Amino acid sequence: MAQNGNQKKGGSFLEKLVALTRKQFFIPIAALTILVLFNLIMDPSFFAITLGTNSNGDPVLSGYLITILNNASELVILAIGMTLVTSASGGQDISVGSAIAIAGSVMLRILVGGPVNPGKIILAFLVACVVAMIFGAFNGVLVAYFKIQPMVATLILFTAGRSIAAWINNNELPIISEPLFGYFGNFIPGVALPTPVFIAIICVIIIMLVLKFTTLGLYTQAVGINPSSSRLNGIDPAKVKLITYIILGLCVAIAGFIKVSRFSTINYSVIAKDIEMDAILAVALGGNSLGGGKFNMASSIMGAYIIQFLTTTLFKFNVVSTALPAYKAVVVIVLVVLSAPVVREKLDSFWKKLSTKKSVKEAA
Amino acid sequence: MKKFLALLVAASMGFAMCACAAESSNEGGLIKVGIINNDPNESGYRTANDADMKAMFTEENGYDASFFYSLKNEEQIAAAQQFVQDEVDYLLISAAGTSGWDSVLTDAQNAGIQVILFDRTIDADASLYAASIVSDMAQEGETAVSWLASQNLAEYNVIHIQGVMGSSAQIGRSGALDEMVAANDNWNLVTQQTAEWNAETAQQIVQAVIDSGESFNVVYAENDDMARGAVAALDAANISHGVGGDVIIMSFDCNQWALEELLAGNWNYDGQCNPFQASYINDIIQGLEAGNAPAEQVVVMVEQGFSADTITQADVDSFGI
Amino acid sequence: MENNVLLQLNGICKYFPGVRALQNVDFTLRSGEIHALMGENGAGKSTLIKVLTGVYTKDGGNVRIEGNEATIKSPQDAQNVGISTVYQEIALCPNLTVAENMFIGRGKGKFTDWKMMNARTTELLTSLDIPATATQQLGSCSIAVQQMVAIARAVDMECKVLILDEPTSSLDESEVAKLFKLMRDLKAKGVGIIFVTHFLDQVYEVCDRITVLRDGKLVGEYVIQDLPRVQLVSKMLGKEFDEMSDIKTVDPEAKDIKVGTPVIECTGLQSDAGIKPFDFKIWKGEVNGFTGLLGSGRSECVRSIFGADRVIAGEVKIDGKPVKIKKPLDAMKAGIGYLPEDRKLDGIVADLSVKDNIILAYQVMKGWGHPISKTKAEEIAQKYIKLLDIKTASSETPIGQLSGGNQQKCILARWLLTDPKYLILDEPTRGIDIGTKVEIQKLALKLAKEEGKSVTFISSELDEMIRTCSRLVVMRDRKVVGELNESELTQSKIMETIAGGEG
Repeated sequence: MAQNGNQKKGGSFLEKLVALTRKQFFIPIAALTILVLFNLIMDPSFFAITLGTNSNGDPVLSGYLITILNNASELVILAIGMTLVTSASGGQDISVGSAIAIAGSVMLRILVGGPVNPGKIILAFLVACVVAMIFGAFNGVLVAYFKIQPMVATLILFTAGRSIAAWINNNELPIISEPLFGYFGNFIPGVALPTPVFIAIICVIIIMLVLKFTTLGLYTQAVGINPSSSRLNGIDPAKVKLITYIILGLCVAIAGFIKVSRFSTINYSVIAKDIEMDAILAVALGGNSLGGGKFNMASSIMGAYIIQFLTTTLFKFNVVSTALPAYKAVVVIVLVVLSAPVVREKLDSFWKKLSTKKSVKEAA
Repeated sequence: MKKFLALLVAASMGFAMCACAAESSNEGGLIKVGIINNDPNESGYRTANDADMKAMFTEENGYDASFFYSLKNEEQIAAAQQFVQDEVDYLLISAAGTSGWDSVLTDAQNAGIQVILFDRTIDADASLYAASIVSDMAQEGETAVSWLASQNLAEYNVIHIQGVMGSSAQIGRSGALDEMVAANDNWNLVTQQTAEWNAETAQQIVQAVIDSGESFNVVYAENDDMARGAVAALDAANISHGVGGDVIIMSFDCNQWALEELLAGNWNYDGQCNPFQASYINDIIQGLEAGNAPAEQVVVMVEQGFSADTITQADVDSFGI
Repeated sequence: MENNVLLQLNGICKYFPGVRALQNVDFTLRSGEIHALMGENGAGKSTLIKVLTGVYTKDGGNVRIEGNEATIKSPQDAQNVGISTVYQEIALCPNLTVAENMFIGRGKGKFTDWKMMNARTTELLTSLDIPATATQQLGSCSIAVQQMVAIARAVDMECKVLILDEPTSSLDESEVAKLFKLMRDLKAKGVGIIFVTHFLDQVYEVCDRITVLRDGKLVGEYVIQDLPRVQLVSKMLGKEFDEMSDIKTVDPEAKDIKVGTPVIECTGLQSDAGIKPFDFKIWKGEVNGFTGLLGSGRSECVRSIFGADRVIAGEVKIDGKPVKIKKPLDAMKAGIGYLPEDRKLDGIVADLSVKDNIILAYQVMKGWGHPISKTKAEEIAQKYIKLLDIKTASSETPIGQLSGGNQQKCILARWLLTDPKYLILDEPTRGIDIGTKVEIQKLALKLAKEEGKSVTFISSELDEMIRTCSRLVVMRDRKVVGELNESELTQSKIMETIAGGEG
């Protein structure tokens, strides 16, 4: 989405408002504001945070905000990779949920049987990373080199992934009883914030550093906007696309790690179910074009937190959880319609008419 | 893709069965069964069910068994058709859907094949199958709710976490509780939400109740995964549960690990949903082979509820799935 | 008025916002005639055809078919009055059969009579001598045959006027011959054919008349025998052939340039874009150019040097040392810069800022792990914005919002930043205002003279080429057909070489 840096200064309030709506940050901020206001009006205690202890006697923070931060973690991590994939390939990876099942299954396969120690957890995590990155590369090759539409290419893994995950553990549902393994999805004793919050923050910091200290951001955007021109500037568009899918694979492994650690087990058919839609929605909520090109990572991350905010709000007000997707669908429709060029043009001309009318009035 | 794979599997199975047929007629003595089941990945229940069937229908026990798995009704029907063509002696079906089975079952009947339904029922004329072995989900729910009533609490503030809405397990297990809540003033539902068998959604539902500060003393989860999710939320908020705790944890399915939670006193109740149907089927087949029709066409399996007060290690070992 | 006139256009006008695409254009097509429609870029050929086929609605003038005024407001109208078009990209369905393609979208009734369709198709294919069968999948035919099927379909729709828009650009010689035979057959049957092409040889081989357009205006209609090639070229380019007086003053110093080892030396270079192998040399401090009509292969030549198309034969030496250039990055690292012909498609990255567009190539050469810091990038951007006088609100403005000329300056800045020893400027002045054009020409000369760079300059405008280049490689029909040195650089000589043939 184009940022309008060259808006005329000193325009009317309306003009300024219009300029504001064209900024990329507008969509997530507006969505967040609406949610916050809604909760403030309905029940201000929504924002209360209390320090208590958990059943092990360790201090933990609790409250809706903590719940949001905690449960959004996997989504935030996925949104990072999904943003890059969307930017470079102009499409989305719909297999991330299935891939999480695979990554989680791999981890449990290594951990099950025998004692669990930190070294083994690290090993399991690393192997899961490698496996998830290989599956990411598989998607990436289909998209970048075979030029298959991303949604179609990733449909393969979307369909087969959960069966593969089940096959890895011979259809068994292993449970890791070692409490250490549960720390990553819950609390580290003595730390009051849930661990996933930290993992998500670390991922965010890492991606921000990567974007700062490498040319990844420039390359993915250039490839997404104009592959032909990128090639003539020495970029290998296929390679860049492939890399974004591999990075998403890494994000999948980390998210999968948190997911299996939350309950120290896995359920192949429901783990991370429908998370791909939330991840894509996070990118869209961040004001990024799902058609690829320019992206704003911070916006996507905020989008992910907003989705969890919405989910938790709906839970609070006892909305039936099967109805959640319907609410999200409404959000998607509004976003997509608002960002469609036709509507944008109409809106623009509408604003223009309004402001000219107003200025005519002022002149009179 | 999946469909294609399934077809491939079905086709290759067809070949394999042809080969088997040739063999078995030479060897003689083996009873040929075609088993159509749901995908064992679907749940721990299904995995246990499949393992139980596989353990029972072996050559040692006098069976020549072929298996077909699908969660799709039409694929299952196609496989049944194939089994009929391959002239199996018995067709064992756990149907994915209830309708559309009439014609293939008629074909089976004309070919002299006995049909035994297990776990799921179908909408077909009762004359088309020899027996149906089922769990009574409503009974499961009633057993559980009456156990809960016997706890004689002054007030029941229940968090009710439901399975996938409309599934027979959900309908049966929710029904008894709904009736009880409607009939008694001291029974309240704090929240009633579906977590679609998903631990994480269950955790979020319970978390939302905890964050809202509403009080509750019972979590009624319709399967073990969801109970696990609910307990995770309670643990994080230091709400005691299980034997002697503030909140009673109730669940269904009797996974081995769930029964261990019961044994440790962390949970209070787990209702069995018996996946071990193979022995019932075996009894019926043996009876039919001996010329005796089954005493009852619909066989309801014995299913019990386990309470933390009475469960033993032996129960965990023999009933855990 | 002649009595065999099929189609008569009078005073056709078409305006787009800010552009007069067609002004008062007349055109006449007689039955049994193949009529070439010629013109360079922006001459209005495609606009005229789109008006004729109902894609655009004309803003003035009238169209008569066999003397009756016709209103064409949609492609369907055009079909109804007997005008059919076969485009360069075949607009049929490759996964349907030939017969299905012949009848698709034409059925008036609700039922499909397969037998009738196949029989009619076979009959038609035989009568037109097209080597295909009715039940064959269209995609399995060669492009030429697909092209012919498209024509047969048009013929079967009882078209009187057949428009062929660049039908030969993806055909080989034998296929072209077949297509021409078909065209002549149709001509004998009284169909009027409008033939749009870039290939001069083909025009002279098959056409009866030529209409030339330039800048949206009619230049004239000519019987082919009356218009020698040189005249045609001069009419298309808008330079009177007699304007030969503008002999360039020869710079005595210039002769010293072509000594020693060339900076770039290509031998037998050939790419998969369809150009014939060519040789090319350029020395330090030299500005030379490729010239030829649109589609003659000028861009393809420079693209192969830069590795933009896949090179399939030949070798390149830089400063006498052989180098392997497989992809643009290889060329960039070897010190070559390339400002592409299509600014929108290959040049700018529209949504990225002016700053990012300027640093892009330099950044890629530095590699993944060495991003240019924000302050450094800003510094660079400001330097070039000032140096080239790029008019932009800020360095953060998306380049897509700039005018064409300023976009082009940004791309120039991008390549100047990489400090190449050899810079290729492919149509750097197309579609930009006069002032900027001159600036860019001057810049090219300055780079060569003051900084000793070698520059290849390509432009459709001959006088621009003459002003800037000291040597021209002339191309026709994807072949290098000559090289003109300083003293030979006159418009007439260039046009003669471009036209070739009997001149």
